Amino acid sequence: MWKWLHSYADPERAYNLSGKLLPWFAMLATALVGIGSVWGLAFAPTDYQQGDSYRIIFIHVPAASMSMAAYMAMASSAFIGLVWQIKSADWAAAAIAPIGAVITFIALITGATWGKPMWGTWWVWDARLTSELVLLFLYLGVIALYASFEDKVLAARAAGILAIVGVINIPIIKYSVEWWSSLHQPSTIRITEKSTMSTDMLYPLLINIAGFGLMIGAITLIRFRSEILARNGMRPWVRELAIAEGVK
Amino acid sequence: MKKGISFRQAFFTLLKRDLQIAIRHKGDIFNPLLFFILVVTLFPLGIGPEPQVLSRVAPGVIWVAALLASMLSLERLFKADYTDGSLEQMLLSPQPLPLMVLAKVLAHWILTGVPLILVAPLLAVLLHLEDNSYGALIATLALGTPVLSLLGAIGVALTVGLHKGGVLLSLLILPLYIPVLIFATTAIDAAGMNLPYSGHLAIIGAMLVGSLVLAPFAIGASLRVSTN
Amino acid sequence: MVEKNSSKTLLSANQLTCIREERILFDELSFEITAGEIVQIEGPNGSGKTSLLRILAGLSRPYAGDVHYQGMNIIRARDEFNDDLLYLGHLAGVKSELTAEENLNFNLRISGYDKFDTRDILAKVNLAGFEEALAGHLSAGQHRRTALARLWHTNCKIWLLDEPFTAIDKKGVEELEHLFLAHAKRGGCVVLTTHQDMGIIGDDILRKICLEYRFV
Repeated sequence: MWKWLHSYADPERAYNLSGKLLPWFAMLATALVGIGSVWGLAFAPTDYQQGDSYRIIFIHVPAASMSMAAYMAMASSAFIGLVWQIKSADWAAAAIAPIGAVITFIALITGATWGKPMWGTWWVWDARLTSELVLLFLYLGVIALYASFEDKVLAARAAGILAIVGVINIPIIKYSVEWWSSLHQPSTIRITEKSTMSTDMLYPLLINIAGFGLMIGAITLIRFRSEILARNGMRPWVRELAIAEGVK
Repeated sequence: MKKGISFRQAFFTLLKRDLQIAIRHKGDIFNPLLFFILVVTLFPLGIGPEPQVLSRVAPGVIWVAALLASMLSLERLFKADYTDGSLEQMLLSPQPLPLMVLAKVLAHWILTGVPLILVAPLLAVLLHLEDNSYGALIATLALGTPVLSLLGAIGVALTVGLHKGGVLLSLLILPLYIPVLIFATTAIDAAGMNLPYSGHLAIIGAMLVGSLVLAPFAIGASLRVSTN
Repeated sequence: MVEKNSSKTLLSANQLTCIREERILFDELSFEITAGEIVQIEGPNGSGKTSLLRILAGLSRPYAGDVHYQGMNIIRARDEFNDDLLYLGHLAGVKSELTAEENLNFNLRISGYDKFDTRDILAKVNLAGFEEALAGHLSAGQHRRTALARLWHTNCKIWLLDEPFTAIDKKGVEELEHLFLAHAKRGGCVVLTTHQDMGIIGDDILRKICLEYRFV
């Protein structure tokens, strides 16, 4: 594990590897998000209770599930960076944070939009929406901390520690918010569970979830690559790369 | 010239030093306390003096004010040590860093957390807190404020080297305070309704144990980044 | 000479690279410091002297490379290393709210010593009569001496001193130089940065590591 990790700790190798992976992620993500969204938004059957407004779940559910997954990915990457002292892993964590925040924000907005026809109000202190809001705050904390350091190598390490602290707290926060909302609210408000969904709705949803994951992966790779270049601007290999690009 | 200091002695040496400094620097103790009292006083002025309304919001108001006061006072936890170089010496001392950090957090809690717990019942009177809730208020504050200090110290350790503190710090640590807030206020509510609240206390206690064990390591790692 | 090098290397730097604010301060710097050596790190302002000392102390992490203490990476063997290290940065680590005596007492106890006579040690740095004075009320030189007093009561072999002579008068500098020589003779090593000329430690004893100011 250590050896394998370490061979990709070298920024140049990490840069080249992520460059090779990027087209695959990008193509698959485009294909899956395209199929899932068109299927879900145009061809999936109309819900007998909610009409067409339910279709927002084809964006909302993938965004919500990926918002948490992206945080996990960020924290795992930060953990690798902290324990094995691999700078590339710290940079990868820093690269994921803004993407995760945007996805979380999308999940919140679509959740609120869905809430309007369903509950007649834009915002309810529903457990899922509330934890999603707290998750957004956690992301923003990581981003703000990263932005505050002048030295970006340190910034990535500091943000990494915060991400790890956050990931330990997420289950506790989620549990406490769920418990709190069950205490304060009548249990009439419940989002339709996936299990009651017809397969015509389920498949495009699953495709979109996978597509969103790959899309986040692709954008992360792009940000990761520019992060490596920015941090290694004074290295010979980056200069050679710049010259080669300039000549082209 | 033998080295013969045990970990326990080192812990108390640091604890004693921090208390000594704070006693010669009394503002650090009284300002957060004053802030706590002021914030609580503002609420009746903002939402009106009806006793029913006030007693309904009292647990939340006291706890949110305690949260903010604890956060504000924490800002100075490592600052002075950072600017005069003692923090570096602490990081380079042969004593285990998590232990040193724990001594500092404990000193800080004694200086700011304990006064807060002592003043809280008086403020509860102003807010017409239910008579049954006083025990729960004290118990949740006693178990919860150390958690706030420990979690907050992580954020402080991460930002001690930065020029801008306050707002950034609140963004980092307030989300982490949410579980404590939820369980503490619901415990006080439950007590007000004559319901058992020992389960809530047990959960806050578990958070205290968890943060006692894990937070010192996170604080130590953060300090090493900040002094880099 | 050969034997000395192989058996008593206290500190070795391997391929250290330090980057600050996108500028390379030094690149792939390697050297060894053996017992009995007094090493001065030389270079103009901004060349990375303090950064190098902090990396050697394990406070800063280099961009690449590592530091070994008797063959062990200082990050992995932090406890053993810290036990044998006395680092004084240009920030003195002296609390202005405490008296000179309380400061020294704290510094020594936190370094692990339990039996010492603070008055005796303070007298050695010419602070007799100032034991009860708050460090905040002392002059810059006395403040510095309060921090330096630790050097008179230590069994750490590795001394890393960043500008130890700042604000110290001529006589004080001489006393420090004698102390360094005695420490080196006992088998310790001293690594320091300074812009002052040393009178007693001549160029024949002093080893210099030069850092240049690098553009880009």
